[in-house]
Amino acid sequence: MATALQTQTVDLVARFPEKVTADSRAGYSGFIVNKENLLEVATALRDEFGYDLLSSVTGVDYIADNKMEIVYHAFRTTGGPVLVFKTQVERVDPIEIPSLVGIWAGAEYQEREIWDLYGIKFTNHPDLRRILLWEGFEGHPLRKDYKEGFFEEEAKPYKSRWPDGKHTFAEMKNPFRDNLKFPENFDPENYSPENEDDLYASLERFSKPLAEGELKTDHIVVNMGPHHPSTHGVLRVAVTLNGETITGLKPVMGYLHRNHDKIGERNTFLQIIPYTDRLDYFNSMANNFGYVTTIEKLMKIPVAERAEYIRVIMAELSRVQNHLIFVGMLINDLGSMYTPSLYAFEERELILDIFEAVSGARMMCNYFRFGGVVRDVPEDVMRKIKELVHDRLPAKIDEMERFLNENEVLVARLTGVKVLNAEEAIKYSVTGPVLRAAGVPYDLRRADPYSVYDRFDFDVAVRYNGDMMDNYLIRFDEMRQSLRILEQALKQIPEGPINSQKPQYQVRVPAGEAYGRIESPKGELGFYVVSNGKPNPYRYHVRAPSFINLTALETMCVGSKIADFVAQLAMFDIVMGEVDR
Amino acid sequence: MENEGLNLPNYNIPEDIQNVVAITTIDRLYNWGRRSSVWPLMFGLACCAIEMIAAQASRYDMARFGMEVMRPTPRQADMMLVSGTVTKKMLPSIIRLYNQMPEPKYVVAMGACASSGGPFKEGYNVVAGIDKFLPVDVYIPGCPPTPQALIAGMIKLQEKIDKQSIKKVRWYQKGKQDPNYVPMPILGPDLIDVRRNAEIKQAAATKEGA
Repeated sequence: MATALQTQTVDLVARFPEKVTADSRAGYSGFIVNKENLLEVATALRDEFGYDLLSSVTGVDYIADNKMEIVYHAFRTTGGPVLVFKTQVERVDPIEIPSLVGIWAGAEYQEREIWDLYGIKFTNHPDLRRILLWEGFEGHPLRKDYKEGFFEEEAKPYKSRWPDGKHTFAEMKNPFRDNLKFPENFDPENYSPENEDDLYASLERFSKPLAEGELKTDHIVVNMGPHHPSTHGVLRVAVTLNGETITGLKPVMGYLHRNHDKIGERNTFLQIIPYTDRLDYFNSMANNFGYVTTIEKLMKIPVAERAEYIRVIMAELSRVQNHLIFVGMLINDLGSMYTPSLYAFEERELILDIFEAVSGARMMCNYFRFGGVVRDVPEDVMRKIKELVHDRLPAKIDEMERFLNENEVLVARLTGVKVLNAEEAIKYSVTGPVLRAAGVPYDLRRADPYSVYDRFDFDVAVRYNGDMMDNYLIRFDEMRQSLRILEQALKQIPEGPINSQKPQYQVRVPAGEAYGRIESPKGELGFYVVSNGKPNPYRYHVRAPSFINLTALETMCVGSKIADFVAQLAMFDIVMGEVDR
Repeated sequence: MENEGLNLPNYNIPEDIQNVVAITTIDRLYNWGRRSSVWPLMFGLACCAIEMIAAQASRYDMARFGMEVMRPTPRQADMMLVSGTVTKKMLPSIIRLYNQMPEPKYVVAMGACASSGGPFKEGYNVVAGIDKFLPVDVYIPGCPPTPQALIAGMIKLQEKIDKQSIKKVRWYQKGKQDPNYVPMPILGPDLIDVRRNAEIKQAAATKEGA
């Protein structure tokens, strides 16, 4: 059955003549769906064709054609490549598109992000508010005609800096002498900021009418964050409580919104690589991997054989250290302060040593290049990796399991506490370990293999209860599988060049679009890049697993106790750099 | 017991209590106490926070310098380590935390972003350096600074504390308002620094400002 689905080719044009056309622009693929028929086609895609998980929703502003485009990527959890479909609207305000939240609930926050950054209204969206910026912000920053406060030129390298290397302070060019931008005749003295009534009103969506004979109780609203020791960064969560039970919950994000997309559109293709490091700052190697894979797809260049193996080695080492930190931090959140996480950090330092030896930086590696990697792995570093992979890490993972897994407090806190079941996880577009712990064996390294992952013998870690214990144990399973891959990669790695291209500062990327995705330790990390043949991407979008997984947070936590909330949040293993971008 | 030279040479201490009594200045004693127990606010913003944790963890062990007691509440903290990109949306919270910290208080800008906006300076939601709002004592360069760099920055802060005099520091003097008090900025169409209201109004009235 599954294989039949996998091989089934989707011909939407034949199924919906006149409602769907194939995207015939050079370098583009997929289908363009009429805006009026979007809901019908999307329903058919989910129910008839089996595209049960909507991976990514994003917008592109084609200002020259006076059009806005919404791009959807969906896939089947049984495996196979993504299906791309788009819908286009005239770029005349108000821009409206039907919301797909009713079909794939995972679209909710992504559509809010598009409303925030592009100003496209989604009709019938349950809670359409700004998500990364604040209510009252002037403008929609990702529109091509939006100029930020420190705007200098459309694209880098800026003429003022290059080739003469002159430097000017951006502050000197802005009339406000700072990174600011106000509407004409703005009067700050008579301005009253927007309040957060909409946020608190949206918390009520799970509230049910009182049953016969039920006692009416007051609900209290608690705000956790943005400064809170256990929210893994600057996440804020507004919660309503009935006693100790959570009755409504909304994450509020954007406290680390660093404008990756906008800055990325000004950067050259190569300049983006160090920015991707700073997305999920635990796994800069994995982020590099996703981005260069996408651009290589667009450029249609091969990758040097040895570099493929080096990439896999680095990405898997990164996964191991990420999961080690996950375990350490989770136990911190459960109240066992510091000691277990010190064990985790000890091993992490050893892996960071390897990153530092090959790339020069501990965390922000900036190591991958289009067609390969930037430097070869020296022989002595290779020996160090082998020692770690063959001796030290397996023993240490065993040790951590021995100390922790049977621990009475840990077992009592984790077993049976709800995270997500398979149906919910798919509905909310959750990917990564949380999806696999719910019993869906979906791992991109198997489901849609990239790089050289099809050459390795490993199992997709999967567990079936979908509770916190399974979510915790699956991290250990994944570390062991990563070590298996590492062992094979270290054995098979060939000698040879590390880049198929000449080192270059400016790459030539043909016009077109590409969506590249990899299995990052947090889930499906995707990059959607549109090139128009110029040295800069026309659109650069990150499909961040942490951000999209958070869509399910409300469903996961409503009905649970507030005391478990911090640990439940830890299950998603979010990193704010990636959530807010 | 041998004379260990604990006493300052110019004071005449009776023979029988030598090596029992030590003489030093109040300033030195006071500053020694403070510099050896700088409690940072447990406050991570972005990537730099991870290196801050690493500096606290097994290998680097910042506790050696008396800085391991991270306090989650600003009311118990001596030092705010701004570890990461300051965004406009986050800034009001940071100012509120700073205003809640009791004096003496110090601010350390860790990394390029906190010092100047760093690689994200051009972004529309990024504040180009926390020093536009808070008085920064030590800047630590790097993106992110390594744990060694962080510890070096902390030692610089200790040197700064060593130079302070109890007679002159503001927080022991009557009636002196904190000159560093920062009013809460407002999130409007863009970040409004209320100290600059008149200036903003004037610039917004011109066409190039809008």
